[in-house]
Amino acid sequence: MSDWVEACAAGDIDEEDVMRFDHAGRTFAIYRSPDDEYFATDGLCTHEKVHLADGLVMDDIIECPKHNGRFNYKTGAARGAPVCVNLKTYPVKVDAGKVLIQIG
Amino acid sequence: MAMAGMVIIGAGECGGRAALALRDLGFEGSVTLVGDEPHLPYERPPLSKEAMTGDAPAIKAIAGDELLAERSIRHNRSVRATAIDRPAHQVQLSDGSSLGYDKLLLATGSMPRKLPMPGLGSRCVYLRTFNDALAIRAHLSAGNHVAVIGGGFIGLELAAAARKLGATVTVIEAQSRILMRGVPAEIAEVIHRAHEAEGVTMLTGQGIAAIADNGLKVTLTLAGGREVIADLAVIGIGAVPVTALAAEAGLAIDNGVAVDDRLQTEDPDIFAAGDCCSFPLAIYGGRRVRLEAWRNAQEQGALAAKNMLGAGEAHAAVPWFWSDQYGLTLQIAGLSDEGSATVRRDLDDGAFILFHMSGDGRLVAASGIGPGNAVARDIRLAEMLIAKRASPAPEALGSQAVKLKSLLAA
Repeated sequence: MSDWVEACAAGDIDEEDVMRFDHAGRTFAIYRSPDDEYFATDGLCTHEKVHLADGLVMDDIIECPKHNGRFNYKTGAARGAPVCVNLKTYPVKVDAGKVLIQIG
Repeated sequence: MAMAGMVIIGAGECGGRAALALRDLGFEGSVTLVGDEPHLPYERPPLSKEAMTGDAPAIKAIAGDELLAERSIRHNRSVRATAIDRPAHQVQLSDGSSLGYDKLLLATGSMPRKLPMPGLGSRCVYLRTFNDALAIRAHLSAGNHVAVIGGGFIGLELAAAARKLGATVTVIEAQSRILMRGVPAEIAEVIHRAHEAEGVTMLTGQGIAAIADNGLKVTLTLAGGREVIADLAVIGIGAVPVTALAAEAGLAIDNGVAVDDRLQTEDPDIFAAGDCCSFPLAIYGGRRVRLEAWRNAQEQGALAAKNMLGAGEAHAAVPWFWSDQYGLTLQIAGLSDEGSATVRRDLDDGAFILFHMSGDGRLVAASGIGPGNAVARDIRLAEMLIAKRASPAPEALGSQAVKLKSLLAA
């Protein structure tokens, strides 16, 4: 069974924004959607391994800061050139004001 | 539609993306990509960066053999198109064969501008292809001296790569500063200083009077009399569009193959896209431009594919460009020469953005530089503001406390 790991406080991320979270040698991106839900994906773009947390969140899309590759951060789906490989997503829950992610 | 299908001349970023886009859009006829290189379609930006410094240089393919096969894209490698027979809808190839087309896309790109001087030899080289990059890389090692002729992006990125590999580097630029074309002086200054800090000898305002290349060493005599002796001279003085094929076919050339805002030439069955074409840019009142940029190649490839299928969609993108040198990334959205005033926004870690405003207060471009991806998000938001033709208050643009996203909603 995978453990739930505390990533940040719920208030650490603005609505429609993203934050980087590093844990045990891995890097993740934690998102807060415009409708105040939280999501998590792998932290690096599948095109050139760039930290997605430096990118722009618009609605349910995260755009890579380097070459504008786009993913739906809720599903991990790649949304067009130059990215073609989907992003891995992780379960997220908010408990007592903390954002927890389940790292598989 | 007739059965000949779609032919794309040029298998770079633009042609490769166009071929994939035709399939994404559901086109089921034949798609043929013709490229004069022996490689799969690949991305060129790494050639002056990662391909230079990585342990095992390899192409960054846009589509591998498997994907090309799966999408039924025929890729004719190491073949040039030599003529277009417009009435017959046929393209002649250098291997003697010919291809019929219903719609033809010219994605022939650009090639390095040649230095018009005598004395150039085997140690004076240009960078365009992966094979060029491999040949250059072989000389980038400790103990070797590399002279870079031209302080443009390719030359400067190569200079950074050469330093990373331990070579001694001299950059020679005839103009009074580097990056004269399209980059504000304040940002060029940051890049200039970064190169000096990394040990590059930067010689600006220095024309070259003579070149002597004996096949082992190149001696560059500068106008002021100084001599630079190098193991390799890399010439990066700009690029010119590859237009001969179009010109010989009687198509209009105007700093590139002239197309309309739908990327169509005056021949309704021939389109052109990417570095090789000039097109009217809607956000600047239809000003005709030609862009040498990766994202433009990608976007126009995709748009050309749509319009080859009859979409009739106008190009509406904002030009966007980036460069990486050492730990710095520069990003530019829009064309800064459209602006008459600038507003500076300072970000963390020494990063900053210059917003370029037109005389009537419109945001027309944004140029940013900083470590890593420090400017990326704000440049992307600026790009969206530029596309909206917004006129944000200069005080808001200049204050880091005001989120650019909040201006977008206005």
